[in-house]
Amino acid sequence: MIETLEIKDIKNWYIENFQKFENSLNGGASGVIHELRKDAISNFSRLDFPTTRNEEWKYTSIAPLLKHTFIPASYKSGIELGQIKKMLFEGLEHTRLVFVNGFFSKGLSDLKDLPEGVIAGSIEDAIKNNSDIVTKHFSKYADYKEQIFTALSTAYTKDGAFIYIPDGKIIEKPIQILYLSSSGGEKILNQPRNLFVAGKNCQVTIIENYSALDDGIYFTNTVTEIFSGENSTVYHIKLQNESKNAFHIARMEVDQERDSNFKSNMISFGAGLSRNDFNTRFNDRGGECELNGLFMIDGEQMFDVHTMIDHAAPYCNSHEHYKGLLDGKSHGVFNGKVMVRRDAQKTNAFQENNNIILSDSALINTKPQLEIFADDVKCSHGATIGQLEEDALFYLKTRGIGDKTARGMLIHAFASDVVNSIKVEAIRNYLEGILTNKFNPES
Amino acid sequence: MLEIKNLHVNIGNKEILKGINLTVNAGEVHAIMGPNGSGKSTLAQVLAGKEEYEVTQGEVIYNGKNLFELSPEDRAREGLFLAFQYPIELPGVSNTNLLKTALNEIRKYRGEEELDAIEFLSLIKEKTKLVELDQKLLSRSVNEGFSGGEKKRNEIFQMAVLEPKLSILDETDSGLDIDALKIVANGVNMLKSKNNATIVVTHYQRLLNYIIPDFVHVLYNGKIVKSGGKALAFELEEKGYDWLKNNANQLVEN
Repeated sequence: MIETLEIKDIKNWYIENFQKFENSLNGGASGVIHELRKDAISNFSRLDFPTTRNEEWKYTSIAPLLKHTFIPASYKSGIELGQIKKMLFEGLEHTRLVFVNGFFSKGLSDLKDLPEGVIAGSIEDAIKNNSDIVTKHFSKYADYKEQIFTALSTAYTKDGAFIYIPDGKIIEKPIQILYLSSSGGEKILNQPRNLFVAGKNCQVTIIENYSALDDGIYFTNTVTEIFSGENSTVYHIKLQNESKNAFHIARMEVDQERDSNFKSNMISFGAGLSRNDFNTRFNDRGGECELNGLFMIDGEQMFDVHTMIDHAAPYCNSHEHYKGLLDGKSHGVFNGKVMVRRDAQKTNAFQENNNIILSDSALINTKPQLEIFADDVKCSHGATIGQLEEDALFYLKTRGIGDKTARGMLIHAFASDVVNSIKVEAIRNYLEGILTNKFNPES
Repeated sequence: MLEIKNLHVNIGNKEILKGINLTVNAGEVHAIMGPNGSGKSTLAQVLAGKEEYEVTQGEVIYNGKNLFELSPEDRAREGLFLAFQYPIELPGVSNTNLLKTALNEIRKYRGEEELDAIEFLSLIKEKTKLVELDQKLLSRSVNEGFSGGEKKRNEIFQMAVLEPKLSILDETDSGLDIDALKIVANGVNMLKSKNNATIVVTHYQRLLNYIIPDFVHVLYNGKIVKSGGKALAFELEEKGYDWLKNNANQLVEN
C-alpha cells in the first residue's frame, strides 16, 4: 500500500507542476494546442502508471523511474559547439537542429541552405505562429487517451523539433536533430515533442540523436509524430546514447499514406532504463516500411523496444529486423507486433529478431507477434537467442586468431547486416568504429 | 616435426583414440586412411585443439613443444593448419578480413611486421591463382553460400596464404568431383616443400592418385593397424577395409 501512495504522489507532483507550467507559457496558454494540453493532463490524472501486470509492460518495471521527482527542465545556456562536435559524426554534411534539455538552441543549430519552403526548427515557434500544418497533424497520431507517458508529453508540450517538407522537394542533406541532455546534477525532465511532416513526392533523411553531456539522473520523455505523405520517401535514424543513469521513454508514431516509403534505423546504446514504442501504420495501399534496429547494452541497463506495424491497407510490404547484443547484467525486451487487418490483402510482412547474450547474467525477453485477419498474405516472423557459436570461434582460432579478436569479429559480423543497412555513410563509419573499439580494442 | 606418442582421446565417456603412435618429419606426406568412425577426424581435430575432446593419455610433441600446452590459436601461429572436413560458414566475416586478421596475428606472434594493404592484396591475388579461386569470393562472407567444392578450395586457399609448416587435410577430397579434386591436389602439391609436412586424412584412395604420400597408415577402431608405403593404398583400394578389419579383430580376439 505504501508503494501505491508513493506513485500517487508522483502523479500529483506532475499534475501540480502543470499549473506552474501553464503560468510559464506567458500567453501561450490558449488556442487549439493548449486545449490539447489541458485534455492531456486530465487524461494523465485519470490514467495509471503501468505495472508489470499490464501485458505491454510485462517485462519492464518502471518502479525505478517512479522513485524520483523530476523537475520539468529549462533551457541551459553556455554550451559551446566544441562540446557537441564529437556527437555530430565526422564528415557528415547536414542541416542541424540542436535541443538542450528539450529546448531549441538557435546558436548551436545550423540551418543554412535549407531549400525554399522547407521548415526545420522549433515547434514552439510554429505553435506561436499558429502554423496550419501543426494544427492539422499535431497529436493526431500519438494517442494520449490510453498512454500515460504520451499524455504527460502532450500536457507539457512546449518545445521540440518541427520539420515540414513541401510536396515534391528532395532534400539532399540529412537533417540531424541533436537532443542534448545536460542535467548538471539536477533531476530534470526533458520532453522534446516532435512533428515531422513530409508532403507528397518528397524525400528526406532525418536523424534523431539523443545524447548526454553528463552521466546524471534525468528523464527524457519524448514523442515523435511522423507523417509520410503520398509517394514520399522518409528515412529516419534514431540514435540513443543516453546517460547510463537516465530514463528514456520514447514513442514514435508514423502515418504512411499511399505509396509512401518509410525506412528506419534504430541504433541504441540504451540509457539506464529505456522504453521505445515504435508504431507505423499503412493508411493506404502501396506502402513500404522497413524497421531495422540494433541495440547494445551492458552493465545494469534495461532496454525495451515495442514495435507495431499496422497493415491497415492492402498491397503494402513491411520488413523488420532487430538485433540485440547483451552483456553484463543487462536486460533487453523485444516485442514486435505485426497486425494485418481484414482488408489488407496482398500484404507482405517479414519480421525477425536475433539476440546474442555475451554473459551469464544478461537476459532477453523476445516476443514476436503476428495477428492476421486477411487471407491472401505472406507473413513470417522469428526470433533467436543465442551465444557466440563455439564452432565458429574454434574455426577462427585454428587460423591463428586469438580469443578476444575472434569474439570481436563474430560480434561485429552479427551486427553487420543492420549496420550495412544504414544509408548514411558517416553514421555507418561511426558505428563500425564503436563496434571495433568496444569488442576488439587491440586492432 | 610431429611426434604422437600413445595418444588416447575421449569424447564424453567414450574412448575414440586408443593409443596412436605416429611420427611425421619435414618434407613428408602422410596419408591416414580408414573406414568411417575409425577416429580419423577426431585425430585431426584434437591436434588442432578442439576443446570438447579430452586427452586421457599420451603426448604430442610438435617442433619440440608440448602441443597440448598450446592454445588452438598458438598452434596455428606455430605453423599448424587444419583444413576442415566441414568448413564453417561465417556470415558477416569476409574472406579478406579473416585472412588479413589471421595473417597479421600470426606475424605479430612471430615478431614480424604486419603486412600493409598493398602487400596483402598482392599476396592473396597470387594465391587465388594457385587454387583457381574466383576473386569475387574474396569479398564474400567466409563459406556462406559456397558450393561444397568452393568451400574445400577455400580451405586450401587459406592454407596457401598462411603457409603452414604442418597441414592436416581432413577429408578435403570428400564430395569433390574429379576437376575440383585435381585443383585441390594441385594446390597441395605446389605448396609442398622440404620444410613442411602434410597429413592427408581420407576415406578414399582416389585422392592419393594426385597427392603421392610417402607413408600410408590405416586407422581402425582408434588405432593405427597398419602402416606402409603408397602401395598400401592400392592394396586397400583392391581389397577394401574389411580385409584389415578382419585382421584387426582377429588380433583383438587372440
